[in-house]
Formats: sequence, structure tokens, C-alpha cells
Amino acid sequence: MSDSSAADILNKIKPLMHKRVGPYNSWNPVSRTQIWQWCSAMGDHNPLYLDDQYRAEHSEFAADKAVAPPAMMQMWSMRDVNGHDGPGSTTDNLFEILDALEQEGYAGIMAVSYDQTFHRYLEEGDRAHHYSTIINVSDLKTTGIGKGFFVTQLAEFMDQNDELFAEARITYFKYQVPKKPAGASKPSAPGKINRIHPVENHDHAHFWQGLRDGKLLIQKCDDCGELRHPPQPMCEHCQSLRWSTIESKGKGTVYTYTVMHYPEIPPFDYPNAIVLVDLEEGVRIVSQLIGTKPDDIKVGMSVEMKLTEVQEDMTLPLFHAADPSTTEKP
Amino acid sequence: MSDANLNYRNVIASELSVGDALPEFELPITAKLVVSTAMASQDFQDVHHDKDAAIAKGTPDIFMNILTTNGFVGRYLTDWAGPGSRIKKIQFNLGAPNFPGDTMIMSGEVTELSQEGEHHLAHVNFKGKNGMGNHVSGVAVVQLAGAQQNGGANG
Repeated sequence: MSDSSAADILNKIKPLMHKRVGPYNSWNPVSRTQIWQWCSAMGDHNPLYLDDQYRAEHSEFAADKAVAPPAMMQMWSMRDVNGHDGPGSTTDNLFEILDALEQEGYAGIMAVSYDQTFHRYLEEGDRAHHYSTIINVSDLKTTGIGKGFFVTQLAEFMDQNDELFAEARITYFKYQVPKKPAGASKPSAPGKINRIHPVENHDHAHFWQGLRDGKLLIQKCDDCGELRHPPQPMCEHCQSLRWSTIESKGKGTVYTYTVMHYPEIPPFDYPNAIVLVDLEEGVRIVSQLIGTKPDDIKVGMSVEMKLTEVQEDMTLPLFHAADPSTTEKP
Repeated sequence: MSDANLNYRNVIASELSVGDALPEFELPITAKLVVSTAMASQDFQDVHHDKDAAIAKGTPDIFMNILTTNGFVGRYLTDWAGPGSRIKKIQFNLGAPNFPGDTMIMSGEVTELSQEGEHHLAHVNFKGKNGMGNHVSGVAVVQLAGAQQNGGANG
């Protein structure tokens, strides 16, 4: 790996930018067979693409020509199974900049974003080709997967008349693959990300067990009778260590709330509304409000608990609006 | 969801409001899906069909290719808006890969309604979430079918 600084690397590759290379030609004209193969693999039953009668009666397209789903844009001029571009394609290197970065030690590549505009849908018999231009290379950035450069490619997808039918700005991250320690284990199976299971100990196991038994339990001091939540070993009013529990009805009002939008951390759904609920019994509990759009949440709104098994062996007292008019349409 | 498409129903502008949710769509990821869609999109990179090669490159299994993600985003939009709709723009960011055994749940929301000449446009926020987080998230602009296109097109 070379020790070139990021500035040296950028000086070397910047001159390679803004060079439009192409054409990259398609192996075949737009065909019904390939549209069918795509739609069948994707389970796409949109009749516009393959139903001639639908097109004749309900569309601006010709009855006898299958229409290609717009997202097929890029596949018409893809290389064949042997890695060869279609006949008559340029032999210029589309990815000169990526290769140059690879030589500098940035061998990893990952597409991070697509920004596409569709100007017209292709029909059977159309013939696609594309041109490519690297339009941006970022400064050296550090991300979760390593250090590297964001490289943005403009791809212009043209038809047989050299008319643009679609264009895409595709951004890749070209990064230094972190060195693995010798004997590093094989990657583990893809796992599902779950909520972290709460610790259950002597002081609050009753609360979690109660939820599994279908009850929201609130602690009650055996000496002064005050209620308390969250669970704790000692009464803050009389310092008694003796306590029992009562079952909450799970009804209350929103005391305050916050809505989390970003970053989206799995496995939660976003926007994620977190509420502090004043329970009728007189204690407050933090939970998640489900079924109400963030804009419709109001301080003071009535809410009801819904015990929900959010994942295996974890039941939580989630809340939803008590008034059906503030509840999201199904 | 696929049965509903057979009704050829189009969503029209007058029945939409900003904030409306698109129906959710659940896609079980299987090796067959990953491989068949990679082939259908002409993508012969080994990480999309050869598990051993994928593992050698540091991922636990084969995973869905981007053109297929694009295809499912397109399908999600037109499954909702109907065959009279036309996709104008799709912008997305890519995140957690779709590995076999996982399930991707696509959801979306109308964020803006606008007009361009005689056409009504719906701006949609969408995401596809799997067991590890968001596989894809982005925005799209869909030209809606005109009201007259539903006449006789239902059923």
C-alpha cells in the first residue's frame, strides 16, 4: 500500500474527472423476453409492461410492444456473463478513477446511493447504450467501514436516436479494507437485531414477570402506602423496605413526549414516539406511543396501555391513543 | 398485494393527502430470489449467486444486488399508484444488505403533492427495512394516473 497522502491522491485523480466515456452498447434490443424475466423474478404484475390488451385500452403505448419497467434502465447495457461489453462499445476504461484509487490501497467498493430521473419508458425494439462521467470525488472521509473517498458517477442512458431516456447519479464509497487479524474467524451468519433485554434482578424482576403474566405492576409501600415507579428497593417517602404491588389499569394521559427521527437504529420503527405517561393511579411511566402520527400527539391526550410482545420473551406496556379520532387510519 | 394489482386500480390525486401511508409490502428474502433477480438484471457478480465466493469476500452469504433493490422500489411504487402511474424520479440510499433468511418490509408516505402541466405528481418517502436496519431509504416522484383512467379499468 502506498503512503500517498489524501491530497496527493486527489491531485493524481482529479485530472481523470469529467471525462465522458462511452458508448457502452447493449447486447440486445429491448425485448419482451427480458422484460418478462425481470417482472417474473421481481413478482411485478403491472399490466403496463406485458399485457398488450391493457396497453391498447388504457395507455399511451403501442399495443404490440412490451414496455420495460423504468428500473430496468441500467440492465440493457450491462456486460454479458463473461464480462464483455456489447458489440461496438468503447474500450476506454469506465472506472479509471476507481482503478487508480485501488492502486493507492482503496480496494473496497460499495454503492451508497442512487439518484435517478426517468425521461421516457423504453419499449420493445428500442436499443439502449450509456455514457459515463465521474463528476465528483470527495475528500478523504472516515466512516464505519473504513477510510475512503466518495466517488459520484453520472450515467446517461440513451436510446437508438441518442435521446436521453434516463440518467443516474450513482455514488460509490471506495475504501481501505481494514486488515483482518491473522486467523480471523469467518463472518457469522446474518443476524436479526433485537431490542436489548433488560437486566432482571431482585429489585425489579417482579415488573418484567408481571408484564409476561399480562399485568402492569406498580410498587406500593407497605408502610406509608405511597406508590412508586420505576421499581426501587426503598420508599422515598418513609424509607421502608417493605413493599407489595398493585395492578395498574393501564390508562393515563401524556405528560410529555419526544419523537425520534434520526439516526434510525434497528430494530425500532421510525419516527419513534417516546411518551411519559401519567397513569391514573398516580405514577409516571416511560413508554412508546404506537398508532398515532407524530403531528397528532398532544400533551394531555388520553392513552391506554397495550401489552405487546415486541419480540420473543419480551412483553412491553406500549401505549396507544384512547380517543379513536386521533388514531392513525388503518 | 399481487392480487390487488390485478384490479388495475389507479390512485388519483383527489383521493390523496400529504401524510397518507402507502400499504406495507413484505418481501421474504430467499437464495432463489437473490439469484433469479441478479440473473434477470444481468448482474453476474459472484457475491449475488455464489455463497462460497461471498464468504471469501467477508459477507456471511450472497445478498441482493442494487438493480434488484431498484426494481422492488419501482414495483412498490406502481403496486400502490397503479399501472396508469409513471415513475419520474427515484433517489435512494443503501444500507443493510438483504441476505437470504431475512425479510424486507417496505413502507412509505406521501410527503408532497404537486402539479406539472396537466399531471399530478405524488412525492413519496419510502424505506425497506430488514432485520438489521434499513436496506434502502429514499424519495420518489410518481406521476399519478388521471381520474378518467379509472373508468372501466377496475376489475
